[in-house]
Amino acid sequence: MRPIQLLSARHRAGRWHWTDIAAYAYLALGVVLMFAPVVWLVLSSFKTQASLLEFPPKLLPLSQQEVRVQGFPQPLPLFAATLDNGERRELAQVRRIGLIAQMVDPADPKQQYRVPTARLVAVRHLSFATSNYTEPLQKFAFTRYLWNSVFVTVIATLITLLINSMAAYALSIYEFRGKTIAMLIVIGTLMIPITIILVPVYLVVTKLGLVNSLWAVILPGAATPTGVFLLRQYMLTLPRDLIEAARMDKASEWQIYWRIVMPLAAPALAVLAIFSVMWRWNEFLWPLAVLTRTESFTLQIGLNAFQGELQTQWNYLLAMTVVSLIPVALVFVFLQRFIATGIANTGMK
Amino acid sequence: MSDLSGSTELQGAPAASLLSVLRRAGGATLDAGLDTVSRLIDIPMRLLQRLIGERRMAYVFLLPNLAFFSLFVFVPLVINLVFSFTGGESLFPSQRPYVGTDQYAYLFDCGSYFDPASCRVDHFWRGVANTLRFTVFQLVSMVTFSLVTALILNMRIRGRGFFRAVYFFPVLLSPVVVALVWKWILQRDGLLNAGLTMIGGQKILFFVDPTWAMFWSVFVSVWAHMGFYTLILLAGLQAIPSELYEAAEMDATPRWRVLWRITLPLLWPNLIVVIVLALIRGVQTFDEVFVLTGGGPGTATLMIVQYIYETAFASQVQNFGLAAAASVVLGVVLFLLTLAQLTLTRRRGAS
Repeated sequence: MRPIQLLSARHRAGRWHWTDIAAYAYLALGVVLMFAPVVWLVLSSFKTQASLLEFPPKLLPLSQQEVRVQGFPQPLPLFAATLDNGERRELAQVRRIGLIAQMVDPADPKQQYRVPTARLVAVRHLSFATSNYTEPLQKFAFTRYLWNSVFVTVIATLITLLINSMAAYALSIYEFRGKTIAMLIVIGTLMIPITIILVPVYLVVTKLGLVNSLWAVILPGAATPTGVFLLRQYMLTLPRDLIEAARMDKASEWQIYWRIVMPLAAPALAVLAIFSVMWRWNEFLWPLAVLTRTESFTLQIGLNAFQGELQTQWNYLLAMTVVSLIPVALVFVFLQRFIATGIANTGMK
Repeated sequence: MSDLSGSTELQGAPAASLLSVLRRAGGATLDAGLDTVSRLIDIPMRLLQRLIGERRMAYVFLLPNLAFFSLFVFVPLVINLVFSFTGGESLFPSQRPYVGTDQYAYLFDCGSYFDPASCRVDHFWRGVANTLRFTVFQLVSMVTFSLVTALILNMRIRGRGFFRAVYFFPVLLSPVVVALVWKWILQRDGLLNAGLTMIGGQKILFFVDPTWAMFWSVFVSVWAHMGFYTLILLAGLQAIPSELYEAAEMDATPRWRVLWRITLPLLWPNLIVVIVLALIRGVQTFDEVFVLTGGGPGTATLMIVQYIYETAFASQVQNFGLAAAASVVLGVVLFLLTLAQLTLTRRRGAS
């Protein structure tokens, strides 16, 4: 991609137009506004519940250092205390009585001090509360949600790839009666989002006996008009001679599809696979309507249910949100440029 | 929905490398497994082909996809109409009494359409009013910000790829994640309120004040989807021939004039796509706002789709008929918007 000068080319001469400075300022602001919320989420997800409740919040996941002191069964919190004579020492707090704290020297437990709390500063150190990640997976059904999400994403993507590529194959390689109608049907479905047929799709799924099963999430969205278009457009560019040659060699139509067209369409299939994974992993409205039992929740629905509870346990919620981000982050890091061009070309996501 | 012809340029290296990675990861066992499956399918397919001839095999290949389309899109579309003309609480159309246009009459029974409180189904009309407000604000800010961003990203700047990625990445996030990220920042003891108190302000309860709740709904939606629209506009900008700019440079045309006379007119087709897509998505807004505000405070950010969802699935008495009628109304609006897009882009293409 060759950069095209948008406004004029003063820049080339090395002189700075005010618009250049404004542009960089805008971009810098954009970086903060776009990245900071997610960075903040990740940082927060490593904080203990206690430090999440702190106001104003600290930037990094810090927690107060604790020490074991001889003669005390519990570990004691460590403070930097300024003593009456102005000396600064690190002391452990035994108890707090009003505004006075009873402190003990960890190195010499016999030495006890009484220090006004105003002259205490907590000794903090960086610590990552990884229990935010491990506990919800054990205590709550998040492992289940995670598995459900993975199952839906993988199976749905495979079905989508198969049936969409078959339809695209028919619509690109053959001439047959009703082809125009078939194309119109595909275009028509582009215009009918799930939001306007929520109730009847629910009826169909109920009739099929699929309510609360993961198949209820997988099947309705499996045939995508976007996918058919994407693959058809690509398959139209494949050389016809190859197919004719295969027919000469007595290959069946299925074999031509499976052995010749599919491998050649691999790049377009990969694009559709990425799209489908993103759609399925992030899907919300339809699973929300059709999944009502916790054991069939996907990760997105599980997160929503968890945040809707009266006492939101933010430490778990934030950590699980980060977990649900992982596949998306991977896709972004490795394939960002690629999806970007895909979207720019098709105008769809 | 717009320019589909471009997708032929997809044979990018990343896809190939992804595929080779997958193939290596899956290993020979996967290949062999797929091969066996293919052979097994081939036996009946070959028989079928002998029976109907190779040309009619197209129908066989088309069948699964079209079966899914009819089962989950076209049949539901018809049933939706049936639902909207019947009453009762049963989900099964055979057990629902025909009520004619009662559902619609009920839905449209309003003292004044500008005052939701005067309507019998006031939540629906609040939804309409909120969706309208949301769509307008979102459209204006979305087009403005994505246009400015696209124009800037199209300039000669260092690190264009990086900046493009920065604006693009929220597009990949799920609506739930987007909403939770912002909810965490905007809550009472959140980052933003910490910032406000640091500069001497007061804490603001963003989700208790209706105006703020709507503002943040729009903001979060723009934040999440701006990158998508920016990409469409950027693609349009890069398609403008550079000779035009060179000619303008020769004539020492001022920058704003170049923008007004060359860039914007030539970008118009892409702008139409962006405007209509933003409208269509705005009208269907649900997930981010639902997770962020829950439609609240009260009904201040309740959208049409949330009304449909709650009427059909989340309320004590599941009123499928009313929900269906509401979604037929929504469908008509979407259809008109799509039609508008098609005519606008078609006319553009013809001239």
